[in-house]
Amino acid sequence: MVDALNTGLRRVPPWLLYVAAPVPVIWIFYLGLTGQLGVDPAKVIEHELGLWSLWLIIAGLAVTPLRRFAGVNLLKFRRAIGVITFFYLLAHLLTWLVLDVQFQNVWADIVKRWYITVGMVAFALMLPLALTSNNWSVRKLGAGVWRKLHKLVYPIAILGALHFLLLVKGFQWEPILYTLVIVGLLATRVKWSNLMTRTSLVRG
Amino acid sequence: MAYRWTNTLTSEDVTPYSAYLNRRQLMGGAAAGVIASSVPMASSAQEALEPNTWEEITTYNNFYEFGTGKDDPARNAHRLTIDPWTVQIDGLVDKPGDYSFADIMSQMTIEERIYRFRCVEAWSMVIPWNGFELADLLDWVGVQSNAKYVAFETALRPDEMPGVSRPVLDWPYVEGLRLDEAMHPLTMMATGIYGRDIPKQNGAPMRLVVPWKYGFKSIKSIVRITLTEEEPPASWNVANPREYGFYSNVNPNVDHPRWSQATERKIGGGLFAKRQPTLMFNGYEDEVASLYEGMDLSEFI
Repeated sequence: MVDALNTGLRRVPPWLLYVAAPVPVIWIFYLGLTGQLGVDPAKVIEHELGLWSLWLIIAGLAVTPLRRFAGVNLLKFRRAIGVITFFYLLAHLLTWLVLDVQFQNVWADIVKRWYITVGMVAFALMLPLALTSNNWSVRKLGAGVWRKLHKLVYPIAILGALHFLLLVKGFQWEPILYTLVIVGLLATRVKWSNLMTRTSLVRG
Repeated sequence: MAYRWTNTLTSEDVTPYSAYLNRRQLMGGAAAGVIASSVPMASSAQEALEPNTWEEITTYNNFYEFGTGKDDPARNAHRLTIDPWTVQIDGLVDKPGDYSFADIMSQMTIEERIYRFRCVEAWSMVIPWNGFELADLLDWVGVQSNAKYVAFETALRPDEMPGVSRPVLDWPYVEGLRLDEAMHPLTMMATGIYGRDIPKQNGAPMRLVVPWKYGFKSIKSIVRITLTEEEPPASWNVANPREYGFYSNVNPNVDHPRWSQATERKIGGGLFAKRQPTLMFNGYEDEVASLYEGMDLSEFI
């Protein structure tokens, strides 16, 4: 089963993801322009693009655990997923800036409102990752440094979940579920055995 | 009774039901072609505060008992039983008791009020309500002299309200007003919109409307009204006192901790609707500012 899946995936070129990526964005804006997103389309688009960004971050974080625990190899798609995540985040940010707050008090919002501060920091951390998502950068930085730099995606994912947690009104499950998924995916990366040894050494 | 407050907007400003249906069709047709904004919508009509359409008012609601999504109430509220409907009126009143909605309606004079509606989430509408002044209801049951506040409670029906299974707020939803706010001629109980019975997602059969306060103060589907001496609890204030005060007057100078209240997006302007400045007391400053004389409104939020 897994072998067949991997064989099938080997035939799918990563550039297909780049071709498919703009489709949902264009679709959402088409729905908004034609009045099919209800009476407050700007908010719906903003929210949908935010959710897409979270889904993409989760997809990117899922690549390694999927390979380790399920044997499904999606490694060759990971860079495309990351780059696409950046563009969704950018679209989300621009929707907020242009359609929602319309450039009013933007700086005040960024420093004063926690959920916006957190969102902006996540976006800022995403910039170096997007800029170095090419083979030239990997060579220039060296694989070790490059890999270390791209671990920034872990805090970015946490900040993304926090951004969602901070912006809802009242007690709501949806952002909590996203947070749990992200924390769960990050937990698979912790080398528990090392941690245990270290603790037992301290204890010892 | 009634007509103590004069509307600056008249029934002329209400788009007739048939006309707005036509306009919807027109916009739908135009949108398929180029963009919606190409439809000739007189900008002067916007200045004159054109009421929102029936569709906008009844499909974009915050009524968390039916779900937290804006379209959840329109989808789920049909399950609410509103006939029979009883309102318990108690506390410091001369004639406490369980009043049927029909009893109340038989005593009240229904009039139309076109009010601005400003949500704490920084969106707004203009709504042509039908209803009666809360003061008339309170006069009818007789308010005792030591009463200082009015407490309100929304129905809590787990079988009919899918949203209350989740602890978004401490159910039932409760709200409160100071007695002078409750007796103010602008404060009304709405029982209709556009001359039709108020839809369930908008708070049928009877909801409060306090146009100079953020929308969440205008509690929906009321089952209990209690006159009290002490300030009653208000759900959002209990949930997050830093963000939602007891007064919650619309005030462009006092921001919500998580967003600015200086401007608002009027619902219905489409994807490129421009933000508009929010008015002090939502534009009812002349009528209500005196209620808060001597109060620091950045402290009493």
